Amino acid sequence: MEKVKVEGLNAYFSNIHALKGINISIKEKKVTAIIGPSGCGKSTFIRCINRLHEVVPHAKVSGRILFDGKDIYSSAIDPIEIRRRIGMVFQRPNPFPVLSIYDNVAAGLKLNGMKRKDDLDEIVEKTLKMAALWDEVKNKLNASGVSLSGGQQQRLCIARTLAVKPEVILFDEPCSALDPISTAKIEELIFQLKENYTIIIVTHNMQQAARVSDYTSFFLLGELVEFGKTQDIFTAPKDKRTEAYITGRFG
Amino acid sequence: MRNPRRTEKIAFFFLFLATLLIVIPVGLIVVIIIQKGLPAINWQFLSDMPRQGMRSGGIFPAIVGTIYLVLGAIIFALPIGLLAAIYLSEYSKDNFLTRIIKLAIVNLAGVPSVVYGLFGLALFVVFFKFGASILSGALTLGIMILPIIITASREALESVPDSFREVSLSLGASKWQTIRHIVLPNAIPGILTGTILGLGRAAGETAPILFTVAAFYLPRLPKSIFDQVMALPYHLYVISTQVPNVDEKIRYGTALVLLALVLFMNLIAIIIRYQFRKRKKW
Ligand SMILES: Nc1ncnc2c1ncn2[C@@H]1O[C@H](COP(=O)(O)OP(=O)(O)OP(=O)(O)O)[C@@H](O)[C@H]1O
Ligand SMILES: [Mg+2]
Repeated sequence: MEKVKVEGLNAYFSNIHALKGINISIKEKKVTAIIGPSGCGKSTFIRCINRLHEVVPHAKVSGRILFDGKDIYSSAIDPIEIRRRIGMVFQRPNPFPVLSIYDNVAAGLKLNGMKRKDDLDEIVEKTLKMAALWDEVKNKLNASGVSLSGGQQQRLCIARTLAVKPEVILFDEPCSALDPISTAKIEELIFQLKENYTIIIVTHNMQQAARVSDYTSFFLLGELVEFGKTQDIFTAPKDKRTEAYITGRFG
Repeated sequence: MRNPRRTEKIAFFFLFLATLLIVIPVGLIVVIIIQKGLPAINWQFLSDMPRQGMRSGGIFPAIVGTIYLVLGAIIFALPIGLLAAIYLSEYSKDNFLTRIIKLAIVNLAGVPSVVYGLFGLALFVVFFKFGASILSGALTLGIMILPIIITASREALESVPDSFREVSLSLGASKWQTIRHIVLPNAIPGILTGTILGLGRAAGETAPILFTVAAFYLPRLPKSIFDQVMALPYHLYVISTQVPNVDEKIRYGTALVLLALVLFMNLIAIIIRYQFRKRKKW
């Protein structure tokens, strides 16, 4: 089953052509990794999927992205609705500093109008458990979100994303600011999440892509060079450039 | 041969000297005002009407007048200034017109206060027929401090990292929800700093209230916003230059009260700001 189908996607920053005619199909409840050298358009690509690219001044998009068969860029679609169903975890852990741990997780729900304390309590606990953070924070839910360690903050951000019940989760290098143990925890988490969610993860770490993903796509200079099963990409890449990149000969 | 350590020491010396040059006069002013004014301060001075052509009695109506004017100016200028700042930093497109508007607002902060006074006279006192009244005075002061509040609020809003806005949007919040619940709470300390600056300016200026509200001598409290009031800075001017034989300690006492009032109002804003800062780290 394909969850997201990208057709002829172009993205621009004023006069920079950051993505050039991307075609890719993302399978439901699988992990798709995006790899490629810095500046090749990985972040831009996933930010097009949740319509966050367009909030950058002078940024433009053309082409189609079908989400459950519907074009998210058609004028009938509300970007707010799309962002609710396609969640995102950013590169740097970024809990809201003025909010407590509890409120960080509840932020999306409260913004979407959920008020009942019981419901909120239940979802906060459930999502913190899913993010494997509950045991570490259950006694200090009112502490500030930034009082946690970097790895804990990133899991808090994952819980915050899960709380609004998205169907797809975009991860933009979620471990690049973390130590190996926190990284392992997040990878473990991603592995569990794919039971219920479609996941796209940008990563600079080849081993990570190999460990967590089912499919891998290799981007270079704004173009999609190769896309396929992770195993195939890493053992028998079809394109010379992919091979050079994954064997560490450039980038 | 130039010795970098020597050069550095000389540079430090001059920087230190410059700092001293600022600190010493300010310190001296405060010391002199306290020294000469403190003997005048007692309960009667703070709570009584002026008597004998302002040569004795208290300055209560001027204190009340200044508080009314400052509060009125803030009530008028803070909401409008904040809304304008939100529009300019969050909604307006970055184009030539917007940049001109921003530049104009920054420059308005430097316009001499007497110009605001004349403007207030023409617009509020004469054109809107509010007369010389608290309303006219507070609006004039409000317009005078608007640019300060807008500029400080805009800077505070723009210093909130874009990543917060993006997280909020990525959770399915609308733009307004993002501003209201995520951006504003993070910008409040900076907005309050602007308010503090505006407040101090509104409390201390004489020129804008001269034509629009200030009464020379009015030993009673205002009954409505259409009444005139006395105000501390103008009162100080009057007893220093217009009324002969006013005891020096009454003049310095008045200055001290004005100073203390401004500091007290600033203190309140600083406490609020501190409460927010405590929770904010990144
Ligand atoms: N806000 C922006 N304004 C202008 N150009 C931008 C902006 N953000 C990115 N770009 C450009 O778009 C291209 C793609 O950037 P993008 O951030 O998608 O790369 P990336 O693959 O995510 O890189 P990294 O691995 O370093 O995160 C780059 O050439 C970059 O210079
Ligand atoms: Mg990136």
